[in-house]
Amino acid sequence: MSDRAMLEIRDLEAWYGESHVLHGVSLDIHPGEVVTLLGRNGAGKTSTLRSMMGLVGRRSGSIRFEGRETIGLRSDLIARTGIAYCPEERGIFASLDVTENLMLPPVIAPGGLGLDEIYTLFPNLKERARSPGTKLSGGEQQMLAIARILRTGARLLLLDEPSEGLAPVIVQQIGAMIRAIKQRGFTVLLVEQNFRFAQTVADRHYVMEHGRIVDMVANQDLTASLDRLHEYLGV
Amino acid sequence: MIENLLFELEMAAPQVILGLVNGAFYALLSLGLAIIFGMLNVINFAHGAQFMMGAFVAWMLLAWAGIPYWGALVLAPLLVGVFGMAVERTMIARLYKLDHLYGLLLTFGLALIIEGVFRNGFGSSGLPYAPPPEFGALDLDFDFLFLPGYRVWVVIASAAMCLLTWLVIEKTKIGAYLRAATERPELVQAFGINVPRMMTLTYGAGVALAAFAGVLAAPIYSVNPAMGANFIITVFAVVVIGGMGSIMGSVVTGFALGLIEGMTRVIYPEASATVVFVIMAIVLLTRPAGLFGRG
Repeated sequence: MSDRAMLEIRDLEAWYGESHVLHGVSLDIHPGEVVTLLGRNGAGKTSTLRSMMGLVGRRSGSIRFEGRETIGLRSDLIARTGIAYCPEERGIFASLDVTENLMLPPVIAPGGLGLDEIYTLFPNLKERARSPGTKLSGGEQQMLAIARILRTGARLLLLDEPSEGLAPVIVQQIGAMIRAIKQRGFTVLLVEQNFRFAQTVADRHYVMEHGRIVDMVANQDLTASLDRLHEYLGV
Repeated sequence: MIENLLFELEMAAPQVILGLVNGAFYALLSLGLAIIFGMLNVINFAHGAQFMMGAFVAWMLLAWAGIPYWGALVLAPLLVGVFGMAVERTMIARLYKLDHLYGLLLTFGLALIIEGVFRNGFGSSGLPYAPPPEFGALDLDFDFLFLPGYRVWVVIASAAMCLLTWLVIEKTKIGAYLRAATERPELVQAFGINVPRMMTLTYGAGVALAAFAGVLAAPIYSVNPAMGANFIITVFAVVVIGGMGSIMGSVVTGFALGLIEGMTRVIYPEASATVVFVIMAIVLLTRPAGLFGRG
C-alpha cells in the first residue's frame, strides 16, 4: 500500500432527480488495494459507483483520481482517466457476440491485459466467442463483463456485486479471479452484500448506511468486528 | 391460353418493375428511419423533407454549379447530412430525456418549415432533372417491355447502399458501438465512448441516406417540395410493418411492400393505394412489434 491515495472521495453528495441518495461520502483507495463497500440494499453503494462514473443526475463534492478532479467530467471522459465500471446488471449486449462484447470498451491506456491473457483467465469466453452475449450462463456473463474491462488499461476497476445470483462454485471462481487481477496490480473497488465473499478478496471494507460511510474495517479485523457488522448489515 | 398468359405478363411487368423501384425508395428511407429511431429514440418526421432536400440539392448543384449527377450523388447526401447534424446538435439533442412524442412533434414542425421554405423559393410545380445520358446503355428492351436503364440503376444502387449499411452496422467496430449504444447508451458512454457525438453522426447518416434516396429520385419524379411528403406516409407504414428500429426488417419490408403494391395495381388497381395500410393494420393486430421487431 503506498502513501498517496489513488482515489480520494470527499463529501460526495448525489441526487437522482429529487431524491438525495448520497449524503457526504468520503473514502480513500490506495494503488493495488481491493476495497469493498458493504451495506444493505439502498445504502448507497451502487450510487457511489455510479456517481464516480458520472451516471447520476447531479453530484457535488470532490472525486480526485490520481490527483485529478473528475467531479465535473462527462462519463466518457471519466472513463478515459483510467476508471472502468462493471455494472450490477452486467450490461452484456444482446446484439453483440461474445468477442464483440469483449472488444467493445476502447483501450484507453497501455498496460491492459492482452487477449491471450484474458482467454487464459477465462477459457469459456474463447469457446463461446461467436455466441450472442446474452446466451451465456450468468457466471459466464459476469466473467465477460469483468474480462472486457481488464483489456482497456484502466487501473481502477469498479465492480458492482459480481457475486450476486451466482452458484457458490462460480462465486469462488470470481473470487480467485479478483485475487489474480489484484496480483497483476489492478486496484478494485467492490460493492458487496455478501461479506463472507468480500472477506476472501479484500484488504479493507467500508460500511455504508443511508448514503454515508459509517465505518471502516481492515480485513484482518473483520472476524473481531463480526458483531458490529452483523448489526450494520442485518444478517 | 399461353398467349393469354403472355398478355397478362405484358400488362403486369411494368407495374411490378415500378413496384420494385418504389420499393427501392421505401427501403432506403425506412432504413434511415430505423437507424435514427434505434439510436436516438426519435421518430424522424423530417425524413421526407430531407429526402426532398437531397433532390433539390442535386438540382441546385447541376443548375448553379454545373456539378453533374455523379457528383451530386456523393455531395448532396454529405451536405444534407451536415444540415441534419446541425439540427440534431441544436434542437433534437435537447429532447432525448423527454417522451418520443416531442421528437416527433419537433421533426414534424421542421418538415413543414423546410417544405414551406422550398415552396416559397421554387414553387410547387416541380423542376426537371434529366437522368444522366450514360444510363441509356442500361436500357432493357424486351418485346413486351421497355425498361429505362435509370430505373434498373435505382434498384441496384438502393440495394447496394442497403447492403453496405447493413455490413457497416453488423460487421464493423463502429457498428458494434452503434448496436451497443442502441441497447445501453449510458454504459457505452461509461466505457469512454463519446455517445452524444455518436448520436449526432448517426442522425447525420440517417439523413444522408434520405438525401441519397432523394438524388436517386430526382430524375424519376419531378423535383418538388411535396415529393417527400408523398412518400413518407407509406414509408412510416413500412417501418411499422418491418418493426421499429429493425435494420434488416426495414430493408426487406421496403422492397417487399413496393412489389406487393405493384402487383396489387395489376390484380386490383383500386386497392393499390391502400394495400400497404391494410397490411400494416393486420401486422399491428397480430404482431404489434412488427415482422422483424423484437419483443
